[in-house]
Amino acid sequence: MAKIGVFVCHCGENIASMVDTGKLVTTISEHPGVAFSSEYKYFCSDPGQETVKKAIRENNLTGVVVAACSPRMHEQTFRKACAEAGLNPYMLELANIREQCSWVHTDKIQATDKAIEITRSLVEKVKRNNNLQPISVPVTRRAMVIGGGVAGIQAALDIASAGREVILVEREPSIGGHMAQLSETFPTLDCSQCILTPRMVEAVQHPNITVMTYSEVEEVDGYIGNFTVKVRQKARYVKMETCTGCGDCIQKCPVKKIPSDFECGLGNRTAIYTPFAQAVPNVPVIDRDRCTYFKNGKCKICQKTCQIDSIDFEQQDRMVSLEVGAIVVATGFQVQNTALYGEYGYGRYKDVITGLHFERLASASGPTAGKILRPSDGKEPETIVFLQCAGSRDAAKGVKYCSKICCMYTAKHAMLYAHKVHHGKTRIFYMDIRAAGKGYDEFTRRAIEEDQAGYIRGRVSKLYEENGKLIVRGVDTLLGKPVEVEADMVVLATAMIPQPDAKEFAKRIGIGYDEYGFYNEAHLKLRPVETATAGIYLAGACQSPKDIPDSVAQASAAAAKVLGLFSKEQLEREPVVASVSDSTCAGCWGCVIACPYNAIDRRDITDRNGNLIKRVASVNPGLCQGCGTCVSFCRSNSIDLAGFTEKQIFAEVMGL
Amino acid sequence: MSEPFEPKIVAFVCTYCTYAGADLAGTSRMKYAPNVRIVRLPCTGRISPMFILKALQKGADGVLVSGCHPGDCHFAQGNYHARRRWTVFRALLSFTGIPEERIKFSWISAAEGAKFAELINGITDEIRALGPFEQYQELQKVIETQSTY
Repeated sequence: MAKIGVFVCHCGENIASMVDTGKLVTTISEHPGVAFSSEYKYFCSDPGQETVKKAIRENNLTGVVVAACSPRMHEQTFRKACAEAGLNPYMLELANIREQCSWVHTDKIQATDKAIEITRSLVEKVKRNNNLQPISVPVTRRAMVIGGGVAGIQAALDIASAGREVILVEREPSIGGHMAQLSETFPTLDCSQCILTPRMVEAVQHPNITVMTYSEVEEVDGYIGNFTVKVRQKARYVKMETCTGCGDCIQKCPVKKIPSDFECGLGNRTAIYTPFAQAVPNVPVIDRDRCTYFKNGKCKICQKTCQIDSIDFEQQDRMVSLEVGAIVVATGFQVQNTALYGEYGYGRYKDVITGLHFERLASASGPTAGKILRPSDGKEPETIVFLQCAGSRDAAKGVKYCSKICCMYTAKHAMLYAHKVHHGKTRIFYMDIRAAGKGYDEFTRRAIEEDQAGYIRGRVSKLYEENGKLIVRGVDTLLGKPVEVEADMVVLATAMIPQPDAKEFAKRIGIGYDEYGFYNEAHLKLRPVETATAGIYLAGACQSPKDIPDSVAQASAAAAKVLGLFSKEQLEREPVVASVSDSTCAGCWGCVIACPYNAIDRRDITDRNGNLIKRVASVNPGLCQGCGTCVSFCRSNSIDLAGFTEKQIFAEVMGL
Repeated sequence: MSEPFEPKIVAFVCTYCTYAGADLAGTSRMKYAPNVRIVRLPCTGRISPMFILKALQKGADGVLVSGCHPGDCHFAQGNYHARRRWTVFRALLSFTGIPEERIKFSWISAAEGAKFAELINGITDEIRALGPFEQYQELQKVIETQSTY
């Protein structure tokens, strides 16, 4: 026999001023099954909770309804009180008579009636509540970091340094990401490679980190604490185990004129190559599509050159299955190709380049060894025009957002150019200078005041070539006059965009993304590094445009989340999960189709001798998130959701 | 003349969006008609058409189903399932003679307290104009007294 206790809270005056709590208590005390009822000014207070606990113990209550505020406010508080009084914490319901009654109504009689109905329906529900136990799932305390840029490296190092194993997966032949391509970094102007390469080496040498380069994540299965990830290790055609990275093969390779992606096409590479000299691991790969041997069946010069027989043309892609407990996604970004902007002449004029090209020109390890030279004729440009927001903040081109880093790197480019070409002139067309960040505004001021960066507020409408000069036509909106600049080179600060396959990849691993393809966090402010999929975290520019400090900070935050998850061997979860009644399940698999989490599998029921009796649906409580979609899908009523069972809901409706 | 008719409306809402939206209307002290009784569920995907029929059987004059906006479902797809189910159920409703106008479907996010208050006022007026839903109970009586089963 149910013995329900009802506790009506006044919430000071918040409830009591609009709801006749005395009437509520007397009415509900006559309701069948109600064994105890009382009212109090603040049940959430310490003495209030003591009253609840005492009533549970003295009256051997089997269920509790607290008529007070929203369950979103104090459900946990009263669950804890119930547990402390020896009652299962899931034998509690909160009747929301504050947010959804006293605060929104103006007629005391109507509000009181409503409060009575709300409370009564939840008494009916709680009578049918079941004792539930939190679900424990084991945690594999090994993490995977997808993407080996600065964010991925940082996350991997942080997790590994705390003593947990990490698998760092990178699809390019080397880790390093975009940061390896940069020349100097704002606002300190320290050389990017000088700060990054030691971290790359540290990652690859760390005893807790396994670096898998030239590898791609194909499939993610499982759930928080228990993921199975399938990774394709692409064939390098060079043996990782024996190659010493001497580079003889690269020097002898006859195919030398392949535009290098790493150099943004400003330099060339061979068919057997490492993307850059400081690559980690320093083991080349053979570009199958360009290699003469793979094309014509003849050559093998690299194999003949290699003194330790490390070239293996027979290598195949390998699929590896890995068990991990958490995943950090740090897949980074791409730079928008401004082919969209016919008016800026990108692709038509060789000397119209993107910011990333300029980084390579300014980099000491770049194709020009750090000299700023025009791609067209190799001459030193006398005047450079920079166009900011070339792509960003332009709804017409599909990028409504601010790419965040361009203002800063353009100021940096202007400074680097001024330091290298003393008589050089810069003109920067900008919309706003967005320099929020530690030392950032000071940096842009320095570019203007010390390095004579010439800022022009306005947009460029046309760019064309005349007598070997690039004519940039725009408007100075501060003077309200058209301007025309003769430039030798034009640098477009193009937008940061998601990786081209970002959406497809998100679907493969089961995380959300926004309209552009940047990955969605669980909550923009309060859960910025978690995804809606438990156990998968975000770091770096795959979430939104970010500079290096932000990426690194987020990577460390993601690592902290992973380590928090790994701090226990078992994971406790709310027991609001679905379960199947084996005796009635007809095996129609409607629930399997309905489940958004792939949490429902087919399970065989066999007799003692192993003969199949029937095949039924079976819910994996680790994967189930408790939405209940399967329950209303089930044709035979064989599946139910703990905490929101059919019986409970029907009783709740009938109690109204 | 007895007192004017006040409809009784049962709302089935998801806890992540509409329930939170209703809470927000409360914390913002927006005033709306007291005719709605809310049943909280984890997701609109959990809402079975049987719940709606049960509410009508119990004497509701109208039913509201409300959840997260398309694309915003906490459970990724629950609201799409709810929408599809509703489309099919609506066809069944008109077939059985239950007027569709008695049942409302809407999306209210956790940030839309004002929209929630407006919605409740709106549907309360609409259902009030339709008058009490007596056919269902009458039919129920017929079934109970004349059924041969």
